[in-house]
Amino acid sequence: MEYMTPNFTKDMIHTHKILIPNMAVTQFRLMEAALACEGYQVEVLGNCGSQVAQLGLKYVHNDTCYPALLVIGQFIDALNSGKYDLDHTALLITQTGGGCRASNYIKLLRKALVKSGYGNIPVASLNFSGLEKDSGLPLTLPLLRKVIACIFYGDLLCTLRNQVHPYENQPGSADAMTEKWIATIQGWMKANRHYSAADMKRQFPVIIADYAAIPMTRVPKVKVGVVGEIYVKYSPLGNNDLEKFLESQDCEVNLPGLMGFVQYCIANMTLDVKLYGGNLLRAGGADALLSWLDSVVDSMNKSLRKYGFYAPGTFRELMKKPEGIISLGAKMGEGWLLTAEMIELVEGGYENIVCAQPFGCLPNHIVGKGMINRIRALHPTANITPVDYDPSATRVNQENRIKLMLAVAKERLGKKAEAPAPVTAEDLAGGPPALETAVPAGI
Amino acid sequence: MRVGLDIGSTTIKCVALNDADEIIFSTYERHYSHILEKGRELLTHVATQVIPGGKAKLAISGSAGMGLADSCKVPFVQEVFATRVAANRLAPGTDCIIELGGEDAKILFLTNGTEVRMNGSCAGGTGAFIDQMATLLKMSADEMDKAAQKATRTYTIASRCGVFAKSDIQPLINQGAQAGDIAASIYQAVVNQTIAGLAQGRPIQGKILYLGGPLTFSATLRKSFDNTLHTTGTCPENSLLYVALGAAYYADETFDLADVANRLEQYSATATYASQPPLFANKQEYEEFHARHMKASVPCVPFSADCGPVHIGIDSGSTTIKLVVIDQNDNILFTSYQPNLGNPLPIVRKTLLGIYENHPELQVASVTTTGYGEELVKNAFHCDRGLVETVAHFTAARHFMPNVDFIIDIGGQDMKCFKIEDGAISNIFLNEACSSGCGSFLQTFAEALGYNVKEFAALGLFADRPVDLGSRCTVFMNSSVKQAQKDGASIENISAGLSISVVKNALYKVIRASSPEELGRNIVVQGGTFYNEAVLRAFEKEMGVEVIRPDIAGLMGAYGAALFGKAHARPGSHSTLLNREELENFSQKVNNVQCKGCGNHCQLTINIFADGKRFISGNRCDKPVTGKASNEELDLYAYKLDLLLGYKPGPATRGTIGIPLCLNMYELLPFWHTLFTKLGFAVKVSPVSNRDIYQEGQATIPSDTACFPAKLSHGHIAELVKMGVDAIFYPCMSYNIDEHLGDNHYNCPVVAYYPEVLAGNCPELAHTTFIYDYLDLARRKDFTKKFPAVLDKYFPGMPKHEVKQAIDAAYDEYARHMALVRARGAEIIEKARQEHRRIIVLAGRPYHVDPEVNHGIDKLILRQGAAVVTEDSVSYLVDKFQTSVLNQWTYHSRLYAAARYCTTQKDMDLVQLVSFGCGLDAITTDETREILQEGGKLYTQLKIDEITNLGAVNIRLRSLFAALEEQAEDRK
Repeated sequence: MEYMTPNFTKDMIHTHKILIPNMAVTQFRLMEAALACEGYQVEVLGNCGSQVAQLGLKYVHNDTCYPALLVIGQFIDALNSGKYDLDHTALLITQTGGGCRASNYIKLLRKALVKSGYGNIPVASLNFSGLEKDSGLPLTLPLLRKVIACIFYGDLLCTLRNQVHPYENQPGSADAMTEKWIATIQGWMKANRHYSAADMKRQFPVIIADYAAIPMTRVPKVKVGVVGEIYVKYSPLGNNDLEKFLESQDCEVNLPGLMGFVQYCIANMTLDVKLYGGNLLRAGGADALLSWLDSVVDSMNKSLRKYGFYAPGTFRELMKKPEGIISLGAKMGEGWLLTAEMIELVEGGYENIVCAQPFGCLPNHIVGKGMINRIRALHPTANITPVDYDPSATRVNQENRIKLMLAVAKERLGKKAEAPAPVTAEDLAGGPPALETAVPAGI
Repeated sequence: MRVGLDIGSTTIKCVALNDADEIIFSTYERHYSHILEKGRELLTHVATQVIPGGKAKLAISGSAGMGLADSCKVPFVQEVFATRVAANRLAPGTDCIIELGGEDAKILFLTNGTEVRMNGSCAGGTGAFIDQMATLLKMSADEMDKAAQKATRTYTIASRCGVFAKSDIQPLINQGAQAGDIAASIYQAVVNQTIAGLAQGRPIQGKILYLGGPLTFSATLRKSFDNTLHTTGTCPENSLLYVALGAAYYADETFDLADVANRLEQYSATATYASQPPLFANKQEYEEFHARHMKASVPCVPFSADCGPVHIGIDSGSTTIKLVVIDQNDNILFTSYQPNLGNPLPIVRKTLLGIYENHPELQVASVTTTGYGEELVKNAFHCDRGLVETVAHFTAARHFMPNVDFIIDIGGQDMKCFKIEDGAISNIFLNEACSSGCGSFLQTFAEALGYNVKEFAALGLFADRPVDLGSRCTVFMNSSVKQAQKDGASIENISAGLSISVVKNALYKVIRASSPEELGRNIVVQGGTFYNEAVLRAFEKEMGVEVIRPDIAGLMGAYGAALFGKAHARPGSHSTLLNREELENFSQKVNNVQCKGCGNHCQLTINIFADGKRFISGNRCDKPVTGKASNEELDLYAYKLDLLLGYKPGPATRGTIGIPLCLNMYELLPFWHTLFTKLGFAVKVSPVSNRDIYQEGQATIPSDTACFPAKLSHGHIAELVKMGVDAIFYPCMSYNIDEHLGDNHYNCPVVAYYPEVLAGNCPELAHTTFIYDYLDLARRKDFTKKFPAVLDKYFPGMPKHEVKQAIDAAYDEYARHMALVRARGAEIIEKARQEHRRIIVLAGRPYHVDPEVNHGIDKLILRQGAAVVTEDSVSYLVDKFQTSVLNQWTYHSRLYAAARYCTTQKDMDLVQLVSFGCGLDAITTDETREILQEGGKLYTQLKIDEITNLGAVNIRLRSLFAALEEQAEDRK
């Protein structure tokens, strides 16, 4: 039995409004502009609230991963809202196309649409694996290039904002700066400007310099990295506003960029061929694309460093990180990338990490929770806490776990700063813990 | 002066220290969720009575204290951190702290790298869990501890989650196991849960400290920890107050305590939480609702001397025992509804004696038993018939509403729903162990808050803003409730919220319905829980349909049994029930033994009655009863296992290779075994899983929510290392064999990459070569090219042509193995057809052949007289077809194909085995159900985990067979 909703066809570009679920907020806002200028009418959904999860629970098997429940719930909630002309509305969903159950989201969405009485709404798939050939979102090369530029710019704005915000003298200046740049870049996209690699490389320093000029006072703060299942990692709806919570706890937050995930997906095409055999030509193409993207990454990172900001290595450098911990063959879900990001963060000074995952996320049993022991063995300072998200996991529980991680982090922070502290809890407790002394026995 | 306040999930603790840091005041009490009031009261008390001037350094800790501390601007100390502060001060030199609280379990490693571990959100509570279990045993926590001290043995109780444990314990109670033994088993389960869930590979050694309520109050629990850890831990002075003490030591900001108390008062005024519309808009709406439901009733007539022959139905449920006496006209003469107090027999005996006493001349025409205790009661009192409970409920509901098309029954421990089509049960939904709880959950919760369940439910009826508590398992609900309380929700709103949650669980987790049309228009709701008008109302509101709730909602099983007995009794017949004298002399003796008949080692409970008759329960097969083994000729599961066990080590010319018998090795062993044997290695395979193997590896499992088959592999690695091998071979495989049944041929992420987890977490592998390279058997040509390079890394210089030959032989052997399985499957099907047996496709994945994983469910099916084949023995008979989900995993493609095949065979039905925690099955179960239903077949799903009790599985299977029988009769 197949649940069919209409395919998304080329003519619909001009007749239909396309709804997109929200994930990485800044990046998606830029993409919205890029798509609009190519003639698409798109809207990134902003609806949230408990009814989103409730609708997800109603129309999707409850043991399905949380992101599927939320994305589908958000769509149906939007369709219910009466804000859209239902004869001219389409939905866009991404498909990564791997061995993870996430590849099934589009099928679950169609089923949910039929069940909820929206069987007439077309669904478009955004994927690069050749799935859903009849219903793919038609992408022209210029549009594709713009989307890539939006991810780059978006990643950069997030990085800068997160590194400035905790230290700004005037509260709100980093956010204001980010709003300003979002508007500017949206304008670029609409005017078909500054989306080539060369242009981006020219614009990066301009943007970075602007942020660097914000008056800041650098004081030691707890630095927290966030890794995880892609949706839960970025989406405030999925992670109970994790970024905001961490900021409220006086932390500097580092969310490794979205481009890493894009590059990871491309790299897997090559890796599969190397491991198991297959079409080398296709692999060669993927390799070339990866190098091109990495040249942009490298340029951005160099500029960041020049202005005193922290920047990770290129993607090819990131690929070397998991060596001795997990193979690059682990490619389902976020796969080895998640492990690599954790190591990168630890080595980059963000040794406190929240590993966010939907409850029961299969790949994360392996690449998240499964690798923490090993990372800790090699990097004893790693302070990683896995946090599960699902419709009924309570904020209290999640925040309590994160607070425990932060308590350890804060304790170390004081130690590093070597401030002549008054009698602290640590002194009372018999001195700081012997953290770096030994690798846990038996590993 | 310092004050520390520790607000946990169930208790509130407070200490005040003088300037010499001596304790001048301390308290430990249950807060019954009145967190704000208690907190205020305590602070006021300290401010006025303990500390002159009322000013002190203050810090707040504890899981329920977080938001509260924020809002009254007092520093919050994370409780694990506080514990460490206190321990370093009060018990220096401690290596490890085990702290069990109301709902949290924690392990702190203090030396050799500080680490703190807290239970995952799935592991459930511990103190609350023990409380809940004590309630189940009708004991106080204290009595339970005392009883456990006299225990002579322990039973295996699932340790992963409280709800699972509960469904293990209930049948033990019902089977008459000794309360002391059960109590000891509960403590042992807590120990296993703590160690398995929290140690995650790190050994617990050295000086160990026990903290928190349960460990302070229960000597047996401490002893269980000592025994399991082979050590002696200490429970220090003030073990209940460590968190509060830590908070006090940590406090460095001075507050006016009276001020803080005032701020708490303001906080309580703001009630912000996610809420839902009230159940009733006004009193009148309630009156109408109430009146409507009063109409569905059964005539009750006086139980007089001239009532004629009577029929008795006894429903021995998980927590209650129901008995109904009806006359020839289906009128009710007598009813009884009592808690079973752990053993149904004395209660049934007393009730029956009462009836004999008041009606000496009574002619009992039939007695029919049903429910969990059906067999026990039937055998004890020589009743006439036993009836599977689903059929009993259907019989009763049909009596009420002949055109009923949906029945939902929420009892104390379980939830049952059946869909009726064409007068037969067409689909059965039973709750999985995870969402059970239902009625008894409400009850336990009510009691925890200091109410009886009736009062508690009534409170919710007119709640203005019921709390939105979600629809997950009851353990999750515990923390949702905690949060709601913190947010200031009133008891009324919590009560209503809980009732709504029970309904949502039933609808969205068990039935998976999204609209009333899916259920049908004629719904009968029953079960004791529906006496709760809040639940009833929530159900109607949620589904938008008016339902029938018979006034005997809680007695429907017993009433149905009586009706069934009446329908099957010949005119003028007399029941075989014990007569009055026999009943008076009735006695019951209970023995517990382990069956040595086969590898399953079932825990048998043997009841011996006054007449010498024995009743055995806990057995999977009939061997302990009849002495004869089950009919393995009709069991493809047994055959598959036998085939695998036939692979023995050859000569060790080049060395020995170990292969763990887990996950995909259950299918690929023939391949790898042949390959390495041909290359001159002696291939040693780890033994078939058992409890000990699991426990050997359980401490190294990093993710407690992974599926059980994956968790078992840790033990297999440990076994292999003990066996002494040169290398262990267990490759990672993104792709599986391609059978061209789907759009792709992936493995699930866990099967694909679990070797990575083993490599990263099993300390045993530190000194053994572990070969877990990435391989792909689907590309034979590429594999033949790539494999020699992999081999060369570990065993250099292997001659190329030898490797090539070995690979070819391996592919041949795999093909031969699969052909054997299919051929045997065909034989079994043919034999079953000759003998007119039903054929069940017990569809799982290859590793479900593991007896520790499938718990002998294949044997249970054989016992019902059917033959058992596997999904891979029929899937090849179907061509690729379009599914509504993305069909991209080889194992699951087989499942869909097998389901499709069943729809073409009249005598073949499918039962799907689902491992708890299998994420893919969230997708596959709905798809399989749809394929079967479209083909007019019943869908049966059995969710399995570490659970060892098979009561629920049995009911489900028996219901399936009863429904199939009924369908067959209707066809005639």
